Amino acid sequence: MTLAIKKLTYPFLLVFISTLLFAQTFPEKSDHLVTDYTHTLSTEQAGHLEKKLVAFDDSTSTQIAVVIIRSLEGYEIADYGVRLAQKWGIGHKKKNNGILLLVSLGDRKVTIETGYGVEGALPDAIARRIIENEIKPNFKQGNYYQGLEQGTDAIIAYTKGEYKNDSIQKGGSAHGGRGLFLVILVIIIIVIIARINRGGGNGGSQVIGGRGEASPLWWIFLGSILGGRGGSSGGWGGSSNDGGGFGGFGGGGFGGGGASGDW
Amino acid sequence: MKKIIYGIVGFFALLSLSSCGYNTMVQLDEQVKSQWAQVQNVYQRRSDLIPNLVNTVKGAANFEQGTLVKVMEARAKATAVTVDPSKLTPESIQKFQAAQGNLSQSLGRLLVAVENYPQLKSNQNFLELQSQLEGTENRITVERQRFNEVTQQYNSTIRSFPNNLMASMFGFQQKGYFHAEAGAEKAPKVQF
Repeated sequence: MTLAIKKLTYPFLLVFISTLLFAQTFPEKSDHLVTDYTHTLSTEQAGHLEKKLVAFDDSTSTQIAVVIIRSLEGYEIADYGVRLAQKWGIGHKKKNNGILLLVSLGDRKVTIETGYGVEGALPDAIARRIIENEIKPNFKQGNYYQGLEQGTDAIIAYTKGEYKNDSIQKGGSAHGGRGLFLVILVIIIIVIIARINRGGGNGGSQVIGGRGEASPLWWIFLGSILGGRGGSSGGWGGSSNDGGGFGGFGGGGFGGGGASGDW
Repeated sequence: MKKIIYGIVGFFALLSLSSCGYNTMVQLDEQVKSQWAQVQNVYQRRSDLIPNLVNTVKGAANFEQGTLVKVMEARAKATAVTVDPSKLTPESIQKFQAAQGNLSQSLGRLLVAVENYPQLKSNQNFLELQSQLEGTENRITVERQRFNEVTQQYNSTIRSFPNNLMASMFGFQQKGYFHAEAGAEKAPKVQF
């Protein structure tokens, strides 16, 4: 009996410990599509790349993230890439159309990780070809910016027709409808509570005052619901932006597709 | 009037009872099952790639037959072992993993043997199949790891009090994990 318990706890512990360790290694979600932790790219180069990728995100909703790190800290690059991409949630949640181009300078390794939704447009064999033909030759000569520029161009060429950005119009109306619904719901609840309160006599409720007025607490509650809605809409798409900045990662899922290489 | 109040109180009591255990367990159980389907999916994907790979290797080079035959045999054995999603016991998962692990080993041997055939290593078709195979191995790792995560969640839920009473009443049983492959080179090196 005790043996059985022991047997069962070990894998449990292992999983637990490993999740703890993993949690420490990975950088926090970036608010850019191009994130260079090594300062290899100049500000203009990173800006140019970012601008191109944001424009692609705006027009197709496919998110291509470029990340340069110093070290994989012992991970396989594909493993590191898929965990990072999943943690950041690159791509749209429902489309899973994120791509991560991860470069580890210290290990001289590069990977293209594809989200579930772009595995068809960018199969592993194509990802390998992009690494071999566009990225590796440039990286070998130290032209990191050139390699990334050509690599992302190739990725864009393959994934261009796969998705359209239909979230801006759709997102707006959906949020409007939900907001109206929430307001009505809250009003109905307040009215019901007020009615019950009046019926119950001088119960001395803390929620609604004796004269039927809502206490400040209620308004804070109401505000937080509506505020929460506003916040979530900003998570992706960035419909309020004037086309300038990146709206944030959308929660896309990754399953380990893609290819890796070294130079 | 009183009846209605009793009714409402009873309804909420029932609701809280079910939400504190049974429904959660059902949800987690379904999660594990659907993740299992994902695991089988990626293994199936690998299995589908193998005949192509074997044919390419066979066609491109005068390759040693023994290795190829072993791969095909291991593939046949691995596809023969299927697990009923409602019986994800530690034993059945171990069996599944053993059969698939066997296939991984013979595939690994094939890829090592290929190193001796330069004409294969410059064969575009072979290289693309190889990268697909690599990608699929990565997918297997990912889905297996996610399976372990949801299984851990499920197992710890059904074993903790008071859910364990409910679990034994309704027959929720512990599910098995995937274990690290013996001598797996792919495991991340942990640095302290």
